[in-house]
Amino acid sequence: MNGKAASDIRDGFRERLDYNELMNCMRCGFCLPSCPTYGQEQYEGASPRGRIALMKGVVDGVIEPDADVERQLDLCLGCRACEPVCPSGVKYGHLLEEARDVIQSKKQHKLPVRLVRMFVFRGLFPRMKWMRRLHVAIYWYQKSGLQRLVRGARVLRALPGNLEQLERTLPDVPGPAALRSRPTALSAFGEPKMKVAFFRGCLMDTMFMETNDATMTLLRMAGCDVVVPPDQGCCGALHAHGGEKEMAKRLAKANIEAFEAAGADAIISNAGGCGALLVEYDHLLRDEPQWQERAKAFTSKVRDFTEILIELRFADRRLSLPEQRVTYQDSCHLRNVMGTSKAPRELLRSIAGIRFREMEEADHCCGSAGIYNITESKMSMGILDYKMEKVRHTEAHTIVTANPGCLLQMKLGIVREGAEARMRAVHLADFLLEAALHDSMSGGSA
Amino acid sequence: MVPATIKARLIDIVGENQYRDSNEARLAYSYDATPNFQALPDAVLMPQTTEQIRAILRLCDESRIPIVPRGSGTNLCAGTCPTEGGIVLTFNRMNRILEIDEENLTATVQPGVITKTLIEAVEARNLFYPPDPSSMKISTIGGNINECSGGLRGLKYGVTKDYVLGLEIVLPNGDLVRTGGKSTKDVAGYDLTKLFVGSEGTLGVITEATLKLVPMPESKKTMLALFEDIDAAASTVSAIIANRIIPATLEFLDQPTCKVVEEYAKVGLPTDVNAVLLIEQDGVPEVVERDMQRIADICREGRAVSVKIAQSLAEAEALSTARRTALSALARMKPTTILEDATVPRSKIGDMVKAINDIAKKYDVMICTFGHAGDGNLHPTCPTDARDAGEMHRVEQAFEEIFLKAIELGGTITGEHGVGVMKRPYLALKVGEAGVAAMQAVKSAFDPNNIMNPGKMFAKDARKRVVING
Repeated sequence: MNGKAASDIRDGFRERLDYNELMNCMRCGFCLPSCPTYGQEQYEGASPRGRIALMKGVVDGVIEPDADVERQLDLCLGCRACEPVCPSGVKYGHLLEEARDVIQSKKQHKLPVRLVRMFVFRGLFPRMKWMRRLHVAIYWYQKSGLQRLVRGARVLRALPGNLEQLERTLPDVPGPAALRSRPTALSAFGEPKMKVAFFRGCLMDTMFMETNDATMTLLRMAGCDVVVPPDQGCCGALHAHGGEKEMAKRLAKANIEAFEAAGADAIISNAGGCGALLVEYDHLLRDEPQWQERAKAFTSKVRDFTEILIELRFADRRLSLPEQRVTYQDSCHLRNVMGTSKAPRELLRSIAGIRFREMEEADHCCGSAGIYNITESKMSMGILDYKMEKVRHTEAHTIVTANPGCLLQMKLGIVREGAEARMRAVHLADFLLEAALHDSMSGGSA
Repeated sequence: MVPATIKARLIDIVGENQYRDSNEARLAYSYDATPNFQALPDAVLMPQTTEQIRAILRLCDESRIPIVPRGSGTNLCAGTCPTEGGIVLTFNRMNRILEIDEENLTATVQPGVITKTLIEAVEARNLFYPPDPSSMKISTIGGNINECSGGLRGLKYGVTKDYVLGLEIVLPNGDLVRTGGKSTKDVAGYDLTKLFVGSEGTLGVITEATLKLVPMPESKKTMLALFEDIDAAASTVSAIIANRIIPATLEFLDQPTCKVVEEYAKVGLPTDVNAVLLIEQDGVPEVVERDMQRIADICREGRAVSVKIAQSLAEAEALSTARRTALSALARMKPTTILEDATVPRSKIGDMVKAINDIAKKYDVMICTFGHAGDGNLHPTCPTDARDAGEMHRVEQAFEEIFLKAIELGGTITGEHGVGVMKRPYLALKVGEAGVAAMQAVKSAFDPNNIMNPGKMFAKDARKRVVING
């Protein structure tokens, strides 16, 4: 890094990082045991306390923001497990996001990286049309026999990191017709108790379309009229965490507008990663006073679907499944940012026939963290192996998750263990629907 | 900077990856949990064996390079802040529990074992390791031994020094010494074990420890007693002990502390009374039951406005967890938090709390007090802002007066945090000039070249300020 870039970053840190927040970290070290990268590295710089000290060190002019500093900030999963355990209430996630944004904006990426970033952040995710096109391509890859060929010949072995194994976790994606005909309004089964607006997400409404459909069915079963505002777009989480804050803000504003029109009692998310940014739109837009009130109105309505199901007493229904041991892996952002950890467990415990076993350190990140498992595959796989060890202790047949990234990562963990025959990973919505349907089909026996 | 030739030899000893001297690494090991202290070391070393540590010390002793042993950096006396540069030595690669001996009731561990890991491992065998500093989820046994950490159970069970039976120590010249062992009785020569406990890394490097375990108490009960009047609470503490009852914990929290802890932990701590006592008793169920009833009576006689015994384990756990977070919860109030640990004989608790309140008023600073009332170890804590020079000066003055008062009442300047850099100007207050001289003589006998954690414990010159910007 040249001197100009370094001083630009320092100036950026000075301008954008909240110094009170940096000072608020009293360095008690209580965050260290909660941090997955500290767990792997056992190295202070790879801990939340260390990373805050590095940011403060740059602001104070004690050190230069060199490549090593940037490396430590990159290595953070952004799981924010350090926040609930921080007695001083330091908003670590906000500090990290600003720091990354400053570094990205001052950085001169090489051309190929710039092109990929431009495609992903500006082309693919903000534009549902492109996202669908990509999935049509994946669909043909899967249906044409190409996937079988590729897997058979192990062509992907040549790719770096864990991409070959990642490919094996790809679910079968829906076809072009299904991708085109998405619902915009669905009525409650029975007497409507509530009107909710569903946040469909990008990957969730393409690759995980079935899970979205399951979620909406559950909501209708619980007595919700469901609307899906057609003008909604990507939540912007990838952008906010990836140092593309301006784009994240634009997406946030578009979503606020799209949902205002729906006039629903609640805005429902079924992906912790998306939901956590949705509930922080007011923070994201804090420097734009004209948006504050609208952002606050929006965030006050954002809920995870499990919270609504509990509120509408879905757990009182008859739910059952064939006998199996089940464990739950928290979605970090759902737990640490949205504060939802009890509702999913309560729902699982209400299913007759299954044995729910709490996993040790279920609140520790699985190492998925957006695109982290591709960009930092070594650390990610270390964290995943640690996670799978904990999974093994539960002897679970089914790992339930509440976020697409976690779901793919747990599938990857199962592939890496070679345990596909005895273990599966599912999204909580799919699992609950399975339980509701199983019970009605088996005549409520269990 | 470490000279290139020495750096190469150190890398030979520990391996390329375990020697770090990037700016990032140096910054990450430039602090501990003590506010306002920061100094960059020249390098960070992560050895894995005693032999490596012997070689490192031999080399650094020859080259006069300071060594700062560091556990997880949670101490509160700037004891692991490398104020004179040199090498920070970490122990996260020496973190194994080597043995739990159920016949002799001992555990033998490497210094990097996390305190809570050890506690859980022995509790799984129905054994008990009582020292429980608030930072036990991340603090290391090596760090606990070097600082002689206390905790909430000190009153009944004692502190770290009461549980260290033997040590393996590397001296600055590379010699290996084994002290003590598994025997309870051992009078072979000077008690070097006790000398090293609380030595703050100034004499040598502890590479292994044999710890005493006791049987796990069968049951435990927790009680909360509320008082309108701080003096009433303080005299109740004395009354409980005078009645020949030694509770497992006897914690005191004043109102400002309760307020912030409750805001953070939300466990139903009262925020409208002036003093709260958190009392625990453990042991045989019948005895616990009887003691708790008598304690409840004593509290009522001592004008407690409410006495409540926790009905479930979860309720009890929530209360003691809340108490553990007191320090950090106080940190929410202001950017800087200065925590002290002036300690007095327990019969003087009331006088000390009163004096602290008067002193806070006199210097116009906010001081919240909580602490281990049962053993007289109080934590007057000041939420402040390091950027406010005027207030920081008053804070220093207030704490100096608090130390003087503690000594006057027959107490000490530090009960469990250690001297480090923070308290070195005040050591003579407690042990006298002759005492300091005797300690310095011990130091130079073990470490003639002054490479072990230099600048700690002993002031270089006359009394300095409490708060120093590093």
